Amino acid sequence: MFLQTAINFLNLNVLKFAFSFYSSIKQHIHKDIKQPMNLFRLVIISASFLMASAANAALEIEISGGGAQQVPVAIVPFGGANTQQNISSIINADLKRSGLFRVLETGGVTSRPTEISQIKYAEWAALQAQAIAVGNVEAMPGNRLKVTFQLADVLKQSQLTGMQYNIAPNQLRTTAHKIADAIYQKLTGESGIFASRIAYINKTKGRYALQVADADGENPLTMVSSNEPIISPSWSPDGSKIAYVSFEKKKPIIYLQSLSGQRSVLANFKGNNSAPSWAPDGSRLAIVLTYGANSQVYTINADGSGLKPLTKSSAIDTEPTWSTDGKWIYFSSDRGGKPQIYKVSSSGGEPQRVTFEGSYNVSPRFSPDGKSLAMIRNDGGKFRVALQDLTSGQVQLLSDGAQDESPSFAPNGRVLLYATRVGGRGALAGVSSDGRVKQRLSESGGDIREPAWGPLIK
Amino acid sequence: MNTLTWNKKLLSSLALALVLAACKSTPMVNKPVVEDKSPAQSAAAEPANSGADTSAIKEVNIDSSATGNNPLKDPNNILSKRNVYFAFDSDAVAAEFKPMLEAHAKYLLANTNAKMILQGNTDDRGTSEYNLSLGQRRSVAVKKSLNLLGVQDKQIETVSFGKEKATPGCTDDACAKLNRRVDVVYENE
Repeated sequence: MFLQTAINFLNLNVLKFAFSFYSSIKQHIHKDIKQPMNLFRLVIISASFLMASAANAALEIEISGGGAQQVPVAIVPFGGANTQQNISSIINADLKRSGLFRVLETGGVTSRPTEISQIKYAEWAALQAQAIAVGNVEAMPGNRLKVTFQLADVLKQSQLTGMQYNIAPNQLRTTAHKIADAIYQKLTGESGIFASRIAYINKTKGRYALQVADADGENPLTMVSSNEPIISPSWSPDGSKIAYVSFEKKKPIIYLQSLSGQRSVLANFKGNNSAPSWAPDGSRLAIVLTYGANSQVYTINADGSGLKPLTKSSAIDTEPTWSTDGKWIYFSSDRGGKPQIYKVSSSGGEPQRVTFEGSYNVSPRFSPDGKSLAMIRNDGGKFRVALQDLTSGQVQLLSDGAQDESPSFAPNGRVLLYATRVGGRGALAGVSSDGRVKQRLSESGGDIREPAWGPLIK
Repeated sequence: MNTLTWNKKLLSSLALALVLAACKSTPMVNKPVVEDKSPAQSAAAEPANSGADTSAIKEVNIDSSATGNNPLKDPNNILSKRNVYFAFDSDAVAAEFKPMLEAHAKYLLANTNAKMILQGNTDDRGTSEYNLSLGQRRSVAVKKSLNLLGVQDKQIETVSFGKEKATPGCTDDACAKLNRRVDVVYENE
């Protein structure tokens, strides 16, 4: 009883905090319109500005909410070589977006340490910083950059971690994400996800493009584009390939494509070929074929050989996804009348029903720790992201849109990316797996859908 | 002894250099672009503007399916009717489409080389893949009607576009109803 009250109280505070956090970001953005080189630009406010640079526009990010306990951290602007974009602003944005950190305003502190020996800890303790990151970018011969970075514990006045990167100038952004990952990992004990990438479909002027971008929506690159729809991108576990469904031949066919541009057909059988999902070991995929009947789940080797039927029903069986340990395949099916989620052993057998609440549960996705299952639930006519605890069976609604789709876990399981609709157009949104932090990414001219978060690349 | 330590140092700094060099990210190539080579576009290409004056010449096509009185293209022929519409959440083929499907069945039985593609569609409520399956269920329902009229499976392919071709943001059923349909298409059309 007491615990419940405490939780309610906590949630109330989170809500209040969410509001103030949201408004403070808005203020930042107003400034940014005058300084268009800045990282943060808000979709709505700066719409006219974005139109002008629509051609290569990155996804824009909006954040609301925040964790109950945020680690106060100071990121001192990195010293050294004059770069296009200060590396520390990227680190700053990454950490803020996670909702787990309070990134402190460092403008009031006169000293600008670039290595640990220069830190005057009293100044940062006065800011109530728990940790401080300092670094330097040095131009090296042969158009290389040497990036050094150190993270210190302000209370203990000691180094927590330190790294050095010898990079080409165009790797600066990726390096910033790696540094943010190192800070995240050191301060939370979990893997960071800032250096990972996301895939999604961008529909612009009637043309569909499968794009891959950094986890912060920057650096969007087109892998393939077509006048016909593209859906269901699925990353190979090693992050080197994406399986997806293209309608370029006026029917759904599954293709495999490597990030370096190698493209091949995985499945082109009579009828539909859709819903590819990689096994955790990358050796095979679960796919959906129809031939002349309803959708059924099959497995196929990654080289297109060894096709095996997995489900045999007269109902719809689709959207297969593998359990984290590879032993089960979860799928959606209307074999019981309404669409619900079922599981079947990945080597075959009798399916068992998994969801019982609600009349429409589809698009199952496993959390990386294997403990929960994300899905899309029709909640009174609104399609929302829901998360089911597989041990207790308890379900929590995570998103608040009306047509939310395609939930996809970040590789560390902390955040779910999904597709939502804003003003009649598709946009990407993120929500922390505890439902507390929400973010929205949307692109200026496009209609964004079908997100898939890529794996961590070591 | 000394040389050995030095060698060790050299090796470890080499290893470090290798690790650093491995930081290089592989660039993603912006290709290949899928070209739409669907017959709908290439077949529609006009012979005009090729340099020579083609206006006075009319090519005679002796291919029977491409003659001027192609029944599939004749707007007065029932075979030009190509859409079967469905009620919400239903795959039942309504009686009003029976005459049209009977005509198509007759055509397929008379032209055993003809191949039909049934393309299922749904409105835009729900997820992409699940709607793909719902659209498929509708094209299968139409195929079964044709099977009952004697048409073999080898002449029919059932596919689905799911909600991918749906008019987005339908607010009333009059609009959404048009999305819930199966399109009848013939191969090479």
